[in-house]
Amino acid sequence: MTSIDQGPAAAHAAQETAHPEPALVPAPSMPVTERVLRVAIPLVMLAGLIGLWAWYVAAYNIPKYILPGPDLVLQSLIKDWPILGTALLVTLKITFAALGIALVGGVALAILLTSSKWVELALSPYMVILQVTPVVAIAPLILIYAPSTQSALLICAWIVAFFPVLSNTTQGLKSTDHNLLNLFELYGASRWQTMIHLKLPAALPYFLAGLRIAGGLALIAAVVAEFAAGSAGAGSGLAFRLLESQYRLNIPRLFAALILLCGTGVVIYGATSLISHLALRRWHESAIRREN
Amino acid sequence: MRLEHVSKTFSNGTIALKDMSLTIGAGEFISLLGPSGCGKSTALRMLAGLGEPSSGKIVWPDPAEKSASDKSEGEIGFVFQEPTLMPWATVFKNVWLPLRLKGISQAAARPRVMEALEMVGLDKFADSYPRELSGGMKMRVSIARALVTRPRILLMDEPFAALDEITRQKLNDDLLRLWEQFGWTIVFVTHSVFESVYLSSRIVVMAARPGRVIDEIDVDAPHPRGIGFRTSQAYGDYCRRASESLLSAIGAADHL
Repeated sequence: MTSIDQGPAAAHAAQETAHPEPALVPAPSMPVTERVLRVAIPLVMLAGLIGLWAWYVAAYNIPKYILPGPDLVLQSLIKDWPILGTALLVTLKITFAALGIALVGGVALAILLTSSKWVELALSPYMVILQVTPVVAIAPLILIYAPSTQSALLICAWIVAFFPVLSNTTQGLKSTDHNLLNLFELYGASRWQTMIHLKLPAALPYFLAGLRIAGGLALIAAVVAEFAAGSAGAGSGLAFRLLESQYRLNIPRLFAALILLCGTGVVIYGATSLISHLALRRWHESAIRREN
Repeated sequence: MRLEHVSKTFSNGTIALKDMSLTIGAGEFISLLGPSGCGKSTALRMLAGLGEPSSGKIVWPDPAEKSASDKSEGEIGFVFQEPTLMPWATVFKNVWLPLRLKGISQAAARPRVMEALEMVGLDKFADSYPRELSGGMKMRVSIARALVTRPRILLMDEPFAALDEITRQKLNDDLLRLWEQFGWTIVFVTHSVFESVYLSSRIVVMAARPGRVIDEIDVDAPHPRGIGFRTSQAYGDYCRRASESLLSAIGAADHL
């Protein structure tokens, strides 16, 4: 401990470092073959599935209004991009606006709920009611009350996306290490300091798990709400284009729209996972690679 | 400081501590030794200002600093049984915390934080995260955090109980060196007879159900203590004395 009774402090500290599990340092470079395989296997799998799809359509002569081949879907995606692209933009706007409000609102409400058990008793039943009522069922009401269709869609998507943020963050705020709370009390920390320096960082992993769920749900809710609202016309999102393609039996375009939606969902999931990884990789158990 | 007839009853009716009186002189190294449930941690926490006594009072030497909550402003350093570090913060930021809560900026705190880390031999690990450290090193960080406010009184709640025997012995030695060098008052909670005899100038033996003080043993062995003391006849005698005292406390009524 002191450097008076023994050699350089670093020397015995280094001895102690040897004690814990060896692979605690953030993942060193993994072997080259593993890195190649990590990229190659999903790509080969994807190519295989598309190949199977193309083969099935060709071999069994499936009409294109039942199941178009991948080439036709790609053609449609390129040809109809002006229509699909604008629709995608509308859907994305609703998704991200809803997600943004859900994050701010969810965290704010979680702080409010955990600040006092009376507030929690008063509010939490309504949070649960909001969550368990299917958004499709309340969409008609919201459509009547909201000033515009866009805002109605936004409200629907927000209701769905905000609950995972709220419930996860609440759980995180409540799970703060009791000893650390004592420590903060001991050093005379104010409520505000305890919140900023202790409770919020401690809740971060929970919040990020909520964010990952909410990101996917916001997109789903944006589409479902548009179905429920039955919005139509130039300013509509991908959900309207899906329905329209179905009515017109333009199945290749329906597939193209579907692929856009899937792609968006995957990108949102990837982005939220990346954010989560970057925020936690230095310290949280979930982000540590271990070798045993 | 003095505890005068301090009792503590929890809200579920458990009597954690009954009529404890203890005078702690400056520069003493006092161990509270006893089985689990004897109220030694409760007493320590009340000294730290975590929880008020149900009856009796805790008296501080300086009348200007009477209440326990005022004492937390740098007078007292507290080391928990667990390292209790914030996993998301580096070693430096963990040690900086007590000063940060008092509004001292990172730049202004740096010399003091580094000094505290140097005391425990971890100045090279300031930018590491707690999970990169071993159990013993985490405990050192925890001690550095308690030292950074330059407290006069160090309260330690079974700080080494979770460590392996070798690391524990090392930290015992290091703690003794620091105490000899800086002369703080230390109140050290432990359930190890050997640890208490090795470290303390005075051992307060406590018994459970209800938590109470049953014996006090002065350990007059000279400092610095080391392996010589640990293997001496005198050490063995003190250990026997403390063990017998503990055994008499457990008594016939308790089924362990």
